[in-house]
Amino acid sequence: MSDTRPIADRGYAQPDSLVSTEWVAERLDDPSIRLVESNEDPLVYPAGHIPGAVEVDWTRDLNDPLRRDYLGREGFEALARRLGLTADTTVVFYGDRNNWWACYAYWVFHLFGHTNAKVMDGGRLKWQQEGRSLVRDVPSYDATDYAAPARDDVTIRAFRDQVLAHLDTEGSLIDVRSPEEFSGERLHMPDYPNEGALRGGHIPGAANIPWARAVDPESGTFKTADDLRSIYEQEAGLSPGDDVIVYCRIGERSSHTWFVLSRLLGYDQVRNYDGSWTEWGNLVGVPIEK
Amino acid sequence: MTGMSTTTRLPEKLAEIVDLLTLVDRAERIDLLIGIADRFRGVPSEIAEAPYADEHKVPACESEAYVWARRQDDGTPKFYFAVENPQGISAMAMAVILDESLSGVDPVQVAAVPQDLVYEIFGRELSMGKSMGLMGMVAMVKHFAKRLAAGGGA
Repeated sequence: MSDTRPIADRGYAQPDSLVSTEWVAERLDDPSIRLVESNEDPLVYPAGHIPGAVEVDWTRDLNDPLRRDYLGREGFEALARRLGLTADTTVVFYGDRNNWWACYAYWVFHLFGHTNAKVMDGGRLKWQQEGRSLVRDVPSYDATDYAAPARDDVTIRAFRDQVLAHLDTEGSLIDVRSPEEFSGERLHMPDYPNEGALRGGHIPGAANIPWARAVDPESGTFKTADDLRSIYEQEAGLSPGDDVIVYCRIGERSSHTWFVLSRLLGYDQVRNYDGSWTEWGNLVGVPIEK
Repeated sequence: MTGMSTTTRLPEKLAEIVDLLTLVDRAERIDLLIGIADRFRGVPSEIAEAPYADEHKVPACESEAYVWARRQDDGTPKFYFAVENPQGISAMAMAVILDESLSGVDPVQVAAVPQDLVYEIFGRELSMGKSMGLMGMVAMVKHFAKRLAAGGGA
C-alpha cells in the first residue's frame, strides 16, 4: 500500500533532501533549479523528460573513459559548466528504476562538494503516474564557469583497503544486491562477464538488504523513516552511530542505500564501496563468505 | 519465408536493422530506436489478457516483458509482446524489432539468433541489468521458436 504522507511527515532526518513531484512542477521555470534526469535505460530521457531537464548519463558523464574511476575535478567542472550549473544551483535528480541512477548521480555530485542537491521522490514513475507532461525537446543552458573542489574520496567513498580495515574493526556492512548475488548463486550474466567476478558470495559479516526494499514499488516513493528503520535497524541490526559501508556490484545500487541511510535516516558515517563485488570477487586472498 | 543474410548470418530483416543501427552514431541510433519503440503495440486480447501467465514472462526483465508465439499457416511464428512498465522504452523497441524481423521467419533460423545481438542494436553501454532483460526477450523468442520447430505448440 502506497504511503501518501507528505515528505515532511515521514520522519526523515533530512527531509530537505527529497522534493515531491508537486514541488518540481511548481518550479519548472525557476532558474535557480536544474532538473537532472539520470536513467538506466538510455532511451528513456530522449523519449520524453520533464520540461527543462537535462540528462546525466551514468556511463558517459560520470565515469572516467579509460580508468575504472569517476571523473576527476576537471571532468566534473566541464560537466557542470555544460549543464549551466553554478555552486548555488539547486540540482534536483530524478530518473527511472526507483531513482537508482538519480541517487548514483547525487552521490557523485557530493564527491565534488555539490551538496545543494535533492532527489525527486518517486522519480519518473510517479511523475508519469500523475499524468504530468514530458517533452522531447532537449534544453540548452548558457555555459558557466563552475569551479569544483578536488574530489573527496574519503568522507562518503570507501576503497578496498578501507573495507579490509573495516572488517578488522567489525564495522557494519550492507550488501544491497539480490539474494542470489549475495549467496553466490549468480556471478554474472551469460556471455557478459564484464561486470562479473571470479568468486561468488559476499564480504564476511555483511547483511543483505536489497536496495529496492527502501522504496514503495507502487509509487516509487521512499518508505517512511519508521519503515526504513525496521528494515535497516531491526532486521539488519544497524544503529544510528554505526560506521557503515554499503556495496553492490559496481557501486550504483549501493549509492541508493547510501542516500537512504545518510539522508533519510541521518547516519553520520556511511561510505559507498564502489569497487564493490566486481572488485572484491576478483581480488586475490580476500575473505569471502557464502 | 525469408532467408538468412549471407554476411551476418542473421535473418534478412534483422540483419538490415542491425546493419542500419551499427552504421549510425549514438544520437541517431537513439532516435531510430525511439521511433521503433513508438510503433509498439501490446499483445491483442485474443492472444492474451492480463494478468499474464508466468510462462510467458521474460526472466530477468525488469520492464516486465511477456512474449507469446503463434504458428501461422506457413509454419512460421508470429510473435506478440507485452511490456508492463511504461518506462520500458528499450524493451518496447526490442519487442518491435523482434516482431517485425522474426515473425514469418523459419523457426529454425529464429532459434539460431544470437542473444548478444542486443549489443549490436543498443550499443555496448548497456548496464548489466538492462542487458539481461533484453537478452532474456531474445532467449524467450528463441525458446518458442524451438518449440515450434520441434512441432510443438507455443
